[in-house]
Amino acid sequence: MADRFLEIANARVGGAVVKRAGLPTPPRLKRYEPGQPLVEAPVLLGAAPGGRMRPPVEDLLRGLDVDVRSRAMSGAEKPFAAIVFDASGIASTDELRELYDFFHPVARTLASNGRVLVLGTPPEDCADDVPRATAQRAIEGFTRSLGKEVKPGATVQLVYVREGAEAHAESTLRFFLSSKSAYVSGQVVRVGAPARGDAEGPDDSEHPLAGRVALVTGASRGIGAAIAATLARDGAHVIALDVPAQGAALSETANGVGGEALQLDVTAADAPAAIVDHVRERHGGVDVVVHNAGITRDKTVAGMDESQWDAVLAVNLTAPVRVSEALLAESALRPRGRIVGVSSIGGIAGNRGQTNYGASKAGVIGLVQSMAPRIAELPGTINAVAPAFIETGMTAAMPLLTREAGRRMNQTYQAGAPVDVAETIAWLAAPGTGGVNGEVVRVCGQSIIGA
Amino acid sequence: MASQSNGSSSRRAAVLGGNRIPFARSGGAYAQAGNQDMLTATLDGLVSRFSLQDEELGEVVAGAVLKHARDFNLTRESVLGSRLASTTPTFDIQQACDTGIEATILVANKVKLGQIESGIAGGVDTTSDAPIEVNDDLRRVLMDANAAKSTADRVKLLGRLRPSQVVPEFPRNQEPRTGLSMGGHTAVMARDWEITREDQDELAAASHRNLAAAYERGFFDDLVTPYLGLTRDQNLRADSSVEKLAKLKPAFGGDNGETATMTAGNSTPLTDGAAVVLLSSEEWAAEHGLPVRAYLTHSETAAVDYIHGTDHLLMAPAYAVPRMLERAGLGLGDFDFYEIHEAFAAQVLATLKAWEDPDWCREHLGLDGALGSIDRSKLNVTGSSLAVGHPFAATGGRIVATLAKLLDERGSGRGLISVCAAGGQGVVAILEK
Ligand SMILES: NC(=O)c1ccc[n+]([C@@H]2O[C@H](COP(=O)([O-])OP(=O)(O)OC[C@H]3O[C@@H](n4cnc5c(N)ncnc54)[C@H](O)[C@@H]3O)[C@@H](O)[C@H]2O)c1
Repeated sequence: MADRFLEIANARVGGAVVKRAGLPTPPRLKRYEPGQPLVEAPVLLGAAPGGRMRPPVEDLLRGLDVDVRSRAMSGAEKPFAAIVFDASGIASTDELRELYDFFHPVARTLASNGRVLVLGTPPEDCADDVPRATAQRAIEGFTRSLGKEVKPGATVQLVYVREGAEAHAESTLRFFLSSKSAYVSGQVVRVGAPARGDAEGPDDSEHPLAGRVALVTGASRGIGAAIAATLARDGAHVIALDVPAQGAALSETANGVGGEALQLDVTAADAPAAIVDHVRERHGGVDVVVHNAGITRDKTVAGMDESQWDAVLAVNLTAPVRVSEALLAESALRPRGRIVGVSSIGGIAGNRGQTNYGASKAGVIGLVQSMAPRIAELPGTINAVAPAFIETGMTAAMPLLTREAGRRMNQTYQAGAPVDVAETIAWLAAPGTGGVNGEVVRVCGQSIIGA
Repeated sequence: MASQSNGSSSRRAAVLGGNRIPFARSGGAYAQAGNQDMLTATLDGLVSRFSLQDEELGEVVAGAVLKHARDFNLTRESVLGSRLASTTPTFDIQQACDTGIEATILVANKVKLGQIESGIAGGVDTTSDAPIEVNDDLRRVLMDANAAKSTADRVKLLGRLRPSQVVPEFPRNQEPRTGLSMGGHTAVMARDWEITREDQDELAAASHRNLAAAYERGFFDDLVTPYLGLTRDQNLRADSSVEKLAKLKPAFGGDNGETATMTAGNSTPLTDGAAVVLLSSEEWAAEHGLPVRAYLTHSETAAVDYIHGTDHLLMAPAYAVPRMLERAGLGLGDFDFYEIHEAFAAQVLATLKAWEDPDWCREHLGLDGALGSIDRSKLNVTGSSLAVGHPFAATGGRIVATLAKLLDERGSGRGLISVCAAGGQGVVAILEK
């Protein structure tokens, strides 16, 4: 299951062979470790006139003792850890030129594993101002293309910050600047003002989930086990759930993170009630719910039997819908609650042989978008991550060629790690991320598919 | 209940839940696992179910019937290897098949006395890794050699070794004072009480049926943690039926000839496994956010003289239950569930028959008439040892955790536990909610 190509390409002899064969070299992605500073080199910060985001970004960075520069350094200096551009003031198509003018001289000064963040104003919020809305929408094409030009391992995102939400973007900015977002690139995320009561105080950045109870389904292995570990690292008490047959591995996950094991099939008729009872009795409620349990039963629709369709829809979609509904209806999800669904690139772009899986994973996006306004009243948020190819038992079961293609078809030329999905979920689960609701964030290394 | 000034008399012993590994057939899935491996894994499963990582509990009490000399500190070693705090004290006990239930009573009593706030009780047994001893002659020579002062003496002693001495002794499921196996004893009991083959097979079939149904409805989801690839009890035959069981040849009581009734199907098989139960005071449970499933309220032990007397080896619970009922002020019919360990179908049926027999109850229990009968639909409703299997010391913990969950599901009620054991003993208890 290990990615031999990544190892070979990074070895000295193997690397030369890989280069000569014309294969791109997969970079070693820098990942987060506790205590790691947000950035380890200066950050370049620029803005188009009329923007709203430069001051809060500057405050955040200076508060962390980051060396913030406003113009490119001389060639001899270290490359920038990050380049941040406030494009929220761009009000016409002519003003898009600000992007070119700012990035043209500095694009090459970004470090490998560097970060580019462009901050904008959501086009839908400038609806009656056609030039402004058009220009703001255009930025998306700029960042997605820049993502394919930057050094290997570097990432580029567009964060649309709603008017009045300037002070609530910190948790999102931190995530995208840090190495926690190693496998997230080419994304567009909207940050709004958190719902009433969902914005108190800044998070403890090392333990943002301290005192919170998090339920993770499918937690015995793969991505779920990584989610359990990451949420526990951030301070959460984790309830690790999986089917009874996975109990041995589940027990290990729970014991490894100081949490508890809940053996349950999420498709059982009484599963929503059992979950509600469990979190109520043991903890008085739950703060974070991650619907990670998922299965594949690949077959073209013509060759698929009923049970393969039913099983995939039941686990991946119907269970998250029923459990989320029950948690809300029974008020078992506490205020400032966070639900995170696990969709898939397969649910965005579709895959041959995955009509069942594609439907289920697109449905997860539907759940997130339709439930977002309701959960805001709690207050709380619901979002989804959509991983592309992540190295786990699920992908190990794929045919070799499909697997190899899946690994390479993105800007990092490698598969993501379970922890990459977990870090993204931890950001969405944090109390400080109350301004992000109803969003779908891909964890795909800027995959070519479904972009 | 009158509460005294120190308050200790009003403390109740709460059963919070339990954990066991699926029981495996001898030489089956756990053939390579020892008692310590199984007990450690079972404790870790309990720890993960109740989030007890690094908790210092009041005490862990457990034991095994078939035990290696090297496992003298079995429970302590298992706790040290588990995720519990290493500062959790332990002790080992052994009371044959009553080990697990007796361990539960011991922990409950300490909780009631206020000596501990929390504890784990349980047991483990393996017939696949049972201790094999050297025979007594060889042992004598080796002990002398060990005590010998000089090498020359030692060599001389070892010269005494004879091939006949190297025949190992396997542990036997046999009563030392009668030389009769437990099955042999029960065959006599079945004959004397006129327990029919059909009734025994019906009880066995019900045990399998009930166990299978309980698994199907997820009853064991929070009672069992898979181990070494086994997710359900290896002995379970979901498709068992009276017709299939009727085809088996008698395994015990061969001297009864044609009338022998006991088969491998209506007797428990040799089994490997472990089970533990979490008990605590109500305060401890509340502090840890753990709901109480039931309370252990009464218990009683009895022993019979099966060597000189007229009683059968596995008849002790028939004495223990009426004594306990008397103290509790209850009748045999005042229960919602009956958990009678199925050592052999015949043992359960003979016990029930004895309680229904006015003569026997008058003569042996000193009652005015029959103790009574039970509603059979309340007996072993999620299966018992005939289907689950019976790793001797693990059975008590299995039953306590199962019954506590049944009472919790029902919301309130009372359950009777009865476990017979080798040596003519029996331990019984009441759980209430
Ligand atoms: N691995 C990838 O490349 C990838 C890509 C996109 C999305 N995903 C999604 O990520 C999630 C985790 O995937 P993974 O790769 O870790 O898979 P995995 O198979 O390793 O883990 C999935 C877990 O879900 C559990 N599960 C399945 N059915 C369940 C049920 N009915 N009740 C409770 N638990 C159940 C399984 O037992 C298993 O432990 C899935 O939703 C999957 O669709 C994975």
